Amino acid sequence: MADAHNAFVTEETIEGDDTGPLVGSTVAVKDNISTEGVRTTCGSDMLADYVPPYDATVVSRLKEAGATVVGKTNMDEFGMGTTTETSAFGATTNPVDDERVPGGSSGGSAAAVAAGQADYALGSDTGGSVRCPAAFCGVVGIKPTYGLVSRYGLVAYANSLEQIGPLASTVEGAAELLDVIAGPDAHDATTREEGADSDYASAANGDVDGLTIGVPTELLEGADDEVRRVFEDALDAYRDAGAEVEEVSLPSVEYGVAAYYVIAMSEASSNLARFDGVRYGESGGFEGNWNESFAETRAENLGDEVKRRILLGTYALSAGYHDKYYEQAQEARAWVRQDFEEAFESVDVLATPTMPVLPPKLGESVDDPLRMYLMDANTVPVNLANLPAISVPAGESTEGLPVGLQLVGPKFGEEQIIDAAALLG
Amino acid sequence: MSDSTVDAEEVRHVADLARVDLDEADVGRYADQFGDILDHFETLEGVPDVEAEPDLVNVMRPDEITESLDQDEALENAPETEDGFFKGPKVS
Repeated sequence: MADAHNAFVTEETIEGDDTGPLVGSTVAVKDNISTEGVRTTCGSDMLADYVPPYDATVVSRLKEAGATVVGKTNMDEFGMGTTTETSAFGATTNPVDDERVPGGSSGGSAAAVAAGQADYALGSDTGGSVRCPAAFCGVVGIKPTYGLVSRYGLVAYANSLEQIGPLASTVEGAAELLDVIAGPDAHDATTREEGADSDYASAANGDVDGLTIGVPTELLEGADDEVRRVFEDALDAYRDAGAEVEEVSLPSVEYGVAAYYVIAMSEASSNLARFDGVRYGESGGFEGNWNESFAETRAENLGDEVKRRILLGTYALSAGYHDKYYEQAQEARAWVRQDFEEAFESVDVLATPTMPVLPPKLGESVDDPLRMYLMDANTVPVNLANLPAISVPAGESTEGLPVGLQLVGPKFGEEQIIDAAALLG
Repeated sequence: MSDSTVDAEEVRHVADLARVDLDEADVGRYADQFGDILDHFETLEGVPDVEAEPDLVNVMRPDEITESLDQDEALENAPETEDGFFKGPKVS
């Protein structure tokens, strides 16, 4: 099948075992998840020829479950973007409307599922990178609770925030894939026992009778009118099915984008220091001073957005600015976590539009980084609070563009959000 | 417009710390963008002190020798190696 949307960086078949729940199913894997013997580029020139010598834990689990991996999907370089336009391998387009972006950073994974090029896909979600493309492409995506899924073999961008998560065309499908990848892993010390014997798929019933859904007013105010209309209609569907919908307030989320970007960029500036062209990646040559050689290979092989985040992260951690930016961002993160905990004392799940906007046209957002960051307002608080969330198609705008509804649950509350989301998809 | 002024010298300084070569056009563009972005980050000054002790425990285990990549596999992606070692530029 031709790759009409540039969803894949590398199309290659990796066969799984002969038995298991995913026999006969195809899975597309984001290109920052290591696959033994198959190049893993992170959407970057820096790793254009990098071939991992080992599988990520989630890839081993896919193979053990009998899945066939069909390729490595396109992404914003190192996961840094909301549109899949920062990839060194060209932009992915949205299968719903080819003039529009698929969202990011796991845009190739969402596009592959939306276009029928794979039954399932894996993405990674540091600040919304599974949920955003799921919403923009009209598919389902789950960001698991921090620690539910092993990050071993995931090329790190911001370790304290990110999780690998499943995408599929239905809630039940995404839950099936989550069952395969969830659970503790000796190779990732942040994994937990929860999820060891999960059966999320059987929770996908859409049984919301008696469920209390909180709607954080702060995360609805900034949404486009069209997005808001579709979201309100979806809430009516929940009311009709017996759920109670009430407004809640999360004052801390006003600081979510700032806190998220300070923390993510700071972690990125440290994580990406490893790309110096010595152990892997493109070399800057072996003449002259080592600092100059490293600076040259990084200048040549890292893209604009990646450099911007490395520099801002370095700035935020540098002498004189650490307390002002990094420490304050950690305070904000603690506040966000507290705010969510308090909200879950009175409601079962929280609902927001996944993205406050409809999918932008290609080229529309790349020149204004801050504007792109602000698109993540509804997804980043979930990563700051380490919580699980799902994006499910809620309906379409008048011009037929998909709108996603995000449901957020308490820590390890995957079953609740999967059950509730199944009402819509 | 931006209140935080980031001058070209500061951009060059962090680029140097981060080992990223920038040409003059990059320096000017980043200086403009950083002003806007840092203005937004400065809203964090409004965050109240939060009394939150993270619920963390140390997880200890004995060291055990387990299977790992052999030397050839570990060196497979290096642009240059010598006698089983990574080869890098001179430390001057």
